[in-house]
Amino acid sequence: MDIIGTSLKRVDAFDKVTGKAKYTPDLIPPHALVAKVLHSTIANGWVKEFDLSEAWKVEGVVDIVTCFDVPDIQFPTAGHPWSTDPKHQDIADRKLLNARVRCYADDIAAVIAEDELAAEEAVRKIKVTYEEFTPILTMEDAMKEGAITIHEEKPNNVVVKSAYEVGSFEEAIKEAGLTKVVGDYETPIVSHCHIESANSFAYMESGKIVVVSSTQIPHIVRRVCSQALGVGFGDIRIIKPYIGGGFGNKQDALTEPLNAYLTTRVGGRPVVLAYTREETFACTRTRHAMKFHIESYVRKDGSFAARSIKAYSNQGAYASHAHALVANAVNGFRMMYPVGAIKGEAYTVYTNLATAGAMRAYGIPQIGFALEAHVDDIAKQTGLDPLKLRTQNMMKLGYVDPMTTITCHSTGLEECIQRGEQYLSYTKKREEYAKQTGPIRKGVGMAIFCYKTGVYPISLETSACRMVLNQDGSLQMQIGATEIGQGADTVFAMMAAQTIGLTMDKIHVVSKQDTDVTPYDTGAYASRQTYVSGMAVKKTAESFRKKLLEFAGFMLKKDPWDLDIKENYIVHTNKDEHLLSVADVAIESCYSLTNSTHIAAEESHHCTDNTYSFGVCYTELEVDIPMCQIKILDIINIHDSGKIINRQTASGQVHGGMSMGLGYGMYEHLKFDPKTGRMLNDNLLDYKLMTAIDTPELHADFVETDDPTGPYGNKSLGEPPTIPVAPAIRNAVLNATGVAINAIPLHPERLFNAFTEAQLI
Amino acid sequence: MAKKDITCTVNGKVRTYSVDVRESLSDMLRGQAGLDSIKHGCDVGECGACTVLIDGKPFNSCIYMAIWAEGKEIITLEGLSDTKGALSDIQQAFIDEGAVQCGFCTPGFIMASIPIISSETESSREEIRRQISGNLCRCTGYENIVNAIEKTQKKRIAEKKSK
Repeated sequence: MDIIGTSLKRVDAFDKVTGKAKYTPDLIPPHALVAKVLHSTIANGWVKEFDLSEAWKVEGVVDIVTCFDVPDIQFPTAGHPWSTDPKHQDIADRKLLNARVRCYADDIAAVIAEDELAAEEAVRKIKVTYEEFTPILTMEDAMKEGAITIHEEKPNNVVVKSAYEVGSFEEAIKEAGLTKVVGDYETPIVSHCHIESANSFAYMESGKIVVVSSTQIPHIVRRVCSQALGVGFGDIRIIKPYIGGGFGNKQDALTEPLNAYLTTRVGGRPVVLAYTREETFACTRTRHAMKFHIESYVRKDGSFAARSIKAYSNQGAYASHAHALVANAVNGFRMMYPVGAIKGEAYTVYTNLATAGAMRAYGIPQIGFALEAHVDDIAKQTGLDPLKLRTQNMMKLGYVDPMTTITCHSTGLEECIQRGEQYLSYTKKREEYAKQTGPIRKGVGMAIFCYKTGVYPISLETSACRMVLNQDGSLQMQIGATEIGQGADTVFAMMAAQTIGLTMDKIHVVSKQDTDVTPYDTGAYASRQTYVSGMAVKKTAESFRKKLLEFAGFMLKKDPWDLDIKENYIVHTNKDEHLLSVADVAIESCYSLTNSTHIAAEESHHCTDNTYSFGVCYTELEVDIPMCQIKILDIINIHDSGKIINRQTASGQVHGGMSMGLGYGMYEHLKFDPKTGRMLNDNLLDYKLMTAIDTPELHADFVETDDPTGPYGNKSLGEPPTIPVAPAIRNAVLNATGVAINAIPLHPERLFNAFTEAQLI
Repeated sequence: MAKKDITCTVNGKVRTYSVDVRESLSDMLRGQAGLDSIKHGCDVGECGACTVLIDGKPFNSCIYMAIWAEGKEIITLEGLSDTKGALSDIQQAFIDEGAVQCGFCTPGFIMASIPIISSETESSREEIRRQISGNLCRCTGYENIVNAIEKTQKKRIAEKKSK
C-alpha cells in the first residue's frame, strides 16, 4: 500500500471549504476588550512626553500604556531556535513599546478599551511630543561617518559584518587568460501579504498568560513572550489555531508579546490585539532589500576561476532575524557554484525603515536574482552558453560545503535543466530571439537554485510527535510542527498511515498546537518540517506500530516479529490473510480484564544533517518596448525536492511560490516617503499583489530523487519555488531586448528608464 | 450610537437583526449570525475574503453597510452545503483540485465563483480569471482555483444539456 507519492486530498480541506475551520479571529471570547497601538508619526527620534488627558476621557477606555510604563526589558523577536550560547543569541533590541523611535509607525503606546471604536478614538486623542532626528533610510546614509546611531549597542549602525574566503581569491585571479565580469544588483523591500493579518488575543487562566495567535512558531513565541515579560516559559501558553498564511512574517513574535503584557494590565481579561492590513504592512516584517557587487573571473572554457561578492542588507529599525539572511545569501552564492576561489563579505545595516525579517526562502530570492542575472551576464560577455556555464560550474553530488559541512546527498539538477530545455526549446529560441528588431519582441530566460533543508548545523533542531490509539483502531496524532497552509498536516498523516499500515481515514491529525499540550517543535520555517519533523513522525509511527504488534502478538499468542499491519489488519509478515483488525487490538488493549494498557507513543528527533534541494525556472515572454510591458507567455518550475510525498499539494506549493516570484520580479515593492520614512503603499490596492488576471498559467514538474537523509527520501519544497522566477524573467528580457536590468521589480517605470538608456525608445 | 432593525433572508431563513447604523454587513453576519466563514483580510474591500452573495451577486460584505441589507437575500458559504452538511459541487471541486491551502481566502473565492459556475455558457480561463480578480490569494497562484471553477462550470453546463 503506497500512500507516499500519491495525490491524496488535504485532511483540512473539508473544514476549509465549509467555513468550519477556525482561525484566531473566530475564537475571540464574547466581551473581549480591544487594544490598539499608537504608532509614531516620526521615523527617528525620541518620545519626550505624552498628554493622555483627552484620551482618558473617551468612554470605554480601560487602560492606557505608554513606552514609559512597560518593563525595562529588551528582547529578541526572531523565530529562531534559542541558543544557550550568548554569542549566538538573537539580538535583543526592542521593548514592548519604545521611547527611542526607530521607524515611522514604531509602537509607542497602547490603549485598551471596551470596543474597537473607543480604542481607536482614544489612540487618536493621545498627544505626543517628540525630539525628532532626520530619518536614515538608505544603508549608505546609515554607514556614513557621524550618522546618528539608531541602536546604542551598534554605534555605526552596522548590525553585523561577516566574511569568508575559500581558496585564495588574490592568487586565483592572477591566472592568465581570465575574463572579468562585474555586476551590481539590487532587490526591493517586499511584503508577505498573507491574507489573514497579524492578530492575537490574550487572557489569563490558572495563573498563566494564554495567547491565541496566528503564528507559525507557537513554541518559539512562548519563549519570546517569557523573555519580553520577564516571566517563566511555563507561565506562558500559546495556542495556534488554523492560520491564514505566514510566509515567514509569522516566524517572528509580532503582536504576541505586547498582547501578553496587556492582559496582565487588566486582571487577565481577554484583550484582542489585531493589526489592520495597513499595520500588518508597516509594523510587522518585510523582506530585506539587498545590494550585491559581484566579480567573476572566467576561463575560456567557461569554468569559474574566482568569484567574489559584497552584500549589503537593509535591516530597517530592529534586528529581527538580522544577519542570518544576508549570511544565507552569500553562502548560497558559494554553494550554487562551488568551484574556484570564492570570497564573500556581508553587512547588515540598521536604518529607519520598517523592520525586515524572514520571508519565503530567507535571503535566497535576493541572491538568486543577483547570481542568476550575473551568470547570464557572463554568458553575454563571453559568448558562452548559459546552460553549459551553469551545468559546468554548479554543485554536484557529494559536494561538502567547506564552511557549513552541508553535503549534497542527492541531486537531480542536471535533469531539471535538461527537462526545462526540452519543454521550452530554450537554446533554439534563445538564438532565434537574440536577432529580433522592432517594438514587440520575445525572449526566453532561465535560472537555477539550490536550497538547504532546515537549519543544521547552525542549530540542532528538535521535533516531537505523539500518537494515541483510540478504541476503534484509529489514532490521534499531535505534532509540534505547524500547518500554515502548506499542507503539513496532510503529509504527516500520510507518513503515519504508510509507516504504521493504516488507511488515511484512521489518522486524526490534531491541527491546533497548544504549548501546554502539544509536543515540542520549533515550527514552520526553513522548509524543514517534512524533513526534520517528518523524521519525528516516522520514529513515533514505528514505535506506535511496535506497541500495536506486541499487543496483537499477546492476543494471537504469536511472536510480534512475525506480524505486520496492512490496511488496518494484523497479518503474518508477507501474507495477506487477516488475523485480527487493528480495531480488535485497540478495544482489547483498552478493556482487557488481564492486560489492559493504553497504547500510545511519543518520540522526538533532533536533526543532525541537512541536504540541498534544487530546481529551475524557464520562461518565455513578450516585451512591448514602447509600452514598457512584459507578458509571460509560458513559465515552468521543475524541482528536485527528493521524493514527493503528495504530488497535488507539492504542485500547489510550486504554483504559490512561482506566483510570489512573479510578483517579486515584475510588480511588488514597498515605497517609502524619502522625507518622513512613512510607508506609502501599505495596502492591497497600492501594493501590487497579483490577481488571477495578472497571473499566467503556472506549470510545475518534479525530478524525483531519493535523498538518503530524508525520512521518506524527501527534501525542502515549501520555500524554494519562489527563488528562480525573478531572475528567469530578467534573463528573458535580456534575451528579448539585449538590455540587462539589474534591479527588480521590472515594472514599467524601470523598463522605461532602461530602454531609454539603451536607446530603444 | 443609533440602532436599527434589519430584516433580511440569510441562507434561506428570514431573520431580524438589531444593528449599529455604522456596522458593516460582515460584522453583522459574523457577530450576530455566527457566520464565521466570512473573513476579514483588509476591511476596505481590497482582498475579497468577506465575499457573500446579495440577491445573487457577489459583494465585499466588509464595505456593504448592514442597514443596506434590508429586504435582501444573502447567501454565505455556510448556505452552500445542504441541511445535512453535504457539500455543493463547487466546494467539492475546491477539495478535488487542490484549490485550498491556508483556506483564509477560500470562502470568498467560492462565493465569487457562484455566478461563473451558474453561467449558461462556458467561460474561457481568461474570463474566469477576470471575474475572480476581486479576490486575492497568496498561497495558490490561482492555478487550481481556476481549475476548480472551470471544471464545475463545464460539469453544470453538460448536466443541463443532458437533461
